[in-house]
Amino acid sequence: MRGGRRARAMVALGGLVFAMAAAGCGGGGGVPAGWVRASWGDPQNPLEPANTNEVQGGKVLDMIFRGLKRYDPRTGAAVNMLAERIGTRDSQNFTITVKSGWTFSNGEKVTAKSFVDAWNYGALLDNKQKNASFFEYIDGYEKVHPAAGAASARTLAGLVVKDERTFTVRLRTKFSTWPDTLGYTAYAPLPRAFFDDHRAWLKKPVGNGPYTIDSYTRGSAMRLSRWDGYRGPDRAANKGVELRVYTDNNTAYTDLQAGNLDLVDDIPSTQLKNVTKDLDGRYINQPAGIIQTLDFPMYRAEWNRPGMEKVRKGLSMAINREQITTQIYRRTRTPATDWTSPVLGEKGGYRAGLCQDACTYDPGRARRLIEEGGGLPGGRVTISSNVDNGSHRLWMDAVCNSINNALGNDRSCTVNPIGTFADFRNQLSDERLDDMFRSGWQMDYPLIQNFLQPLYYTDASSNYGKFSDPAFDRLIDAANSRTSTAGAIAEFQEAETVLARQMPAIPLWYQNGSAGYSEKLSGVMLNPFSVPVYERITVK
Amino acid sequence: MSRYVARRLLQMIPVFIGSTFLIFFMVYALGDPVAALFGDKAPDPATAARIRQDLYLDQPLWKQYLHYMGQVFAGNFGTAFNGQPVTELMGSAFPVTLRLTIVAIVFEVVIGIALGVLSGLRRGRPVDTTVLLLTLVVVSVPTFVSGYVLQYLIGVKWRLASPSVSPEATFGELLLPGVVLALTSLAYVTRLTRTSLAENARADYLRTALAKGLPRHRIVLRHLLRNSLIPVVTFIGADIGALMGGAIVTERIFNIRGVGFQLYQGILRQNSPTVVGFVTILVIVFLLANLLVDLLYAVLDPRIRYA
Repeated sequence: MRGGRRARAMVALGGLVFAMAAAGCGGGGGVPAGWVRASWGDPQNPLEPANTNEVQGGKVLDMIFRGLKRYDPRTGAAVNMLAERIGTRDSQNFTITVKSGWTFSNGEKVTAKSFVDAWNYGALLDNKQKNASFFEYIDGYEKVHPAAGAASARTLAGLVVKDERTFTVRLRTKFSTWPDTLGYTAYAPLPRAFFDDHRAWLKKPVGNGPYTIDSYTRGSAMRLSRWDGYRGPDRAANKGVELRVYTDNNTAYTDLQAGNLDLVDDIPSTQLKNVTKDLDGRYINQPAGIIQTLDFPMYRAEWNRPGMEKVRKGLSMAINREQITTQIYRRTRTPATDWTSPVLGEKGGYRAGLCQDACTYDPGRARRLIEEGGGLPGGRVTISSNVDNGSHRLWMDAVCNSINNALGNDRSCTVNPIGTFADFRNQLSDERLDDMFRSGWQMDYPLIQNFLQPLYYTDASSNYGKFSDPAFDRLIDAANSRTSTAGAIAEFQEAETVLARQMPAIPLWYQNGSAGYSEKLSGVMLNPFSVPVYERITVK
Repeated sequence: MSRYVARRLLQMIPVFIGSTFLIFFMVYALGDPVAALFGDKAPDPATAARIRQDLYLDQPLWKQYLHYMGQVFAGNFGTAFNGQPVTELMGSAFPVTLRLTIVAIVFEVVIGIALGVLSGLRRGRPVDTTVLLLTLVVVSVPTFVSGYVLQYLIGVKWRLASPSVSPEATFGELLLPGVVLALTSLAYVTRLTRTSLAENARADYLRTALAKGLPRHRIVLRHLLRNSLIPVVTFIGADIGALMGGAIVTERIFNIRGVGFQLYQGILRQNSPTVVGFVTILVIVFLLANLLVDLLYAVLDPRIRYA
């Protein structure tokens, strides 16, 4: 009797284990042969080109859209895609000719109007597009997107359609490298369907890229199959891609190990130690267009008075970047020696070592410089950042320790953790932070201009520290009005040396993109935006 | 009985209003969410203002709350930042979490009570000690540890089941996450059952039943177990609500797009319609589960009556 009950319990337990095993065979949800199963994050915004400002939504747009230009996945150079010719004589008025033969996947022709309509839509305040500011260089922007009040025009005065394949653009000021910004997804053309039935389009976006969307279940998965009607030079080498939403990159990594997933483009930091062994070398770790800096609140008098540049430089020299990137990040970050990114390449304006001594760890000189400059304001300094993601707490503690050790005082640097990104952003915008704060910059397009002007130009959109230097502004203006790219870059670099002298922001490190993939895949690479180049992946 | 139920249901209305307001207030206290929507870039003031106006965020708190409640009573729970209506999110998330909870509860009930009976009937014997020791271990291991370990062992090492759950989230796929989710409660159920059983085993009515010569299984099932289950039922009832809302960790580990996932996203992005909507439903689930538990008492113990 007693034995019988025990036996029954054992049978029940055995049954459960068996059921679990049986379920394992059916789990995972297969895709057809020749498809790539890749990890994804839930896009924060609706998938409109001018409304997508983060990587996850950008991934999809990069697969289903092609713009006038496209950044070469390897070099980052802007090359013509739909643009046949972008001509200008004065760096302010541009004539753009669109190549013939391009269509959207619903059969509609891509014309000059497809671009002009899309840009007008993106710029108009009523449409609340988060990338609207990309159109601010175009003449008439202040009418369609006034700083306050309602829009007084529906279209940008600077955009004129000449004929089916030609349109002209008039900018507000000279901007020599403007055509090179056109690879950004905000400038993608849009089909009529986008305007005629917006709701339906958002459910299943239609573009002109190498993939078309088969199905999209928001919050969980998207299936994109190769568009066989695509006539561009970069046809997809695989049959399709299934993007799966993961909330935890550890789970994605486990799925990759279990053969349930083919491509993970964010390796969890806890796995970095084992990743090469786990994946047998199928691991990519390469620079991305992201730089992390520590900015100073130049809006505070105590940080802005003359002589403080010595203190700012001293703090920079007190940070042991080499040690932190090796020990915490296992070389998925590279110590920064300028204010741009290695992905620009020497030709694009990256210059290693531009920061010189000020970005080299030298605790002795750091202490002397800070003393010469009058010491830390109030004798101590804090570092603020949101800590809800990105292991920020970890490196902030490390940076503080490094500073404390250099200054020989355990209390000179403390961390001020802020709960959410939104709260951090609000405190920044309201100028409530009175000490150093974290700033991360992910480039929009691989141009040196994008790393300097939005961040350090007087009153620029993302100049959180309110740094202002007439010499810097003059050099940026001069660079933008240059007609030759090489000349412009030299001037941008000249402007960058102003940063090296003033140190309004301490360059910490360049962030790398990382990815791991299964044996089934080959040809996996990341572009300068650390997004996998899906169309080049081949499946065994 | 029906009057009792009606009274309990009416009591839910103030609780509902109070809890929605509290949650609304707490999410509001986190600050303005619009700034975070722009990523690394500083928000463009004109666009941000327009978005705020659209989301009713430019109004004082009480007005926002009234506006929100007005919408809720019209069946509109607002929209998430990606443009999806919250009701749509609920429609996809709640069935998944409900299935996960059912799996967990079944595990708790079947294995928890079985183990509890087993050790309760053999107090002091090796079986009892083993079970007690095991439950102690299970209780002291946090869910994220047991989750990752089981996921690695079963999903990667032995390849018995998929380490993550597909969007369909069928019962079969939810077995492993269900076990992980149930483990801690299962241990509690075991211990509760054991103690309660041990207490009642010495009761007079049991001695009477034994003296009457009833078969042992009848004594255990009808007399001993039924009377011992009241605290266990209370625990499980309260646990339903906890499991549905508290599955955040488990849902993250196994990539289940359920309530925990949506809540997590909502909190991270400070989207008050998502958070308030989901928590409100959870509050209702909690209240209903409690009502159900109270009604079950009467079934288990005929002495308890509701007028």
